[in-house]
Amino acid sequence: MVKVLVYPANSLILADLVERFGHEPLSVQQEIREKISAPGLDSPPLNITPDDPKIGLRYAAVEVPSGVRGRMALIGPLIEEAEAAVVVHDPDPTFGCMGCARTNELVNFLIRARKIPLLELKYPSTEDDARDFVVRVAEFLKSLENGK
Amino acid sequence: MKSDLDGVVTKLIILSSKRIMPGELLSKIYSLKKDLIVKETCFGAEVSGKKDDVEDALREARSLDPYGVFVKERGFLPGDPRRCRATRAGARPGFHQIELEVERLPLIAKALSEYERGALLRREEGEELNLSAGRFKEIIEDTLKDMSV
Repeated sequence: MVKVLVYPANSLILADLVERFGHEPLSVQQEIREKISAPGLDSPPLNITPDDPKIGLRYAAVEVPSGVRGRMALIGPLIEEAEAAVVVHDPDPTFGCMGCARTNELVNFLIRARKIPLLELKYPSTEDDARDFVVRVAEFLKSLENGK
Repeated sequence: MKSDLDGVVTKLIILSSKRIMPGELLSKIYSLKKDLIVKETCFGAEVSGKKDDVEDALREARSLDPYGVFVKERGFLPGDPRRCRATRAGARPGFHQIELEVERLPLIAKALSEYERGALLRREEGEELNLSAGRFKEIIEDTLKDMSV
């Protein structure tokens, strides 16, 4: 079993496929669960502990907007833990007020910098695209099993 | 510091199935008689409990429709006032991602069932899956030629 980072970090389809093909998906909800099970934090990820800015500073400099550092405090440790990654590019919710373009760029850069096995895709919109999407993800995950 | 929530996982079960409804899913999970918190939702269910119990429930849920049941982790417990819509205004965080992906679940479910049957092969880079007009013309010409022989 390989720890596979999924991006978008809260993706249902990717987390399900990774689990279905026998690996462990790394998603941001796991980090949130860890945080809410620690006493003293009211409403994560809106509230942070004194440690979170320090974790965020490992990935982004102090002049970078605090939102980037806050997001990286959650996603950064997952990237470090990942042994492989499946990335879907440019999904709508990662753009605009719900997302953060700079964090997305930084996350994609850090995943590439780790030099772990990486699969990059786009969300399917037709039946043919969906078939291709599933085959690519399945073959990638099976290749991880074989240690290729 | 450890709390009571340690070891408890929460999963969202999202249905994209013509065979089961959330009510049937819940009946199946209740029939396991596990120590779980289960909440029926419009899209499926939320299940929370010890990891092994939750995994048993998910296995049973998937057995109802292997390609129509999708699962992802949830950070908060079911009905947590910090996230539940009953105590907040507007869509809860994470809704927009689910909304985007739910539209694609029927496509993924169909592709998954075809993949499991061994009916799918990987498309090469740049290869068109749709039949081009030129190739279609060739097939017609070949067929006509065969018929005339």
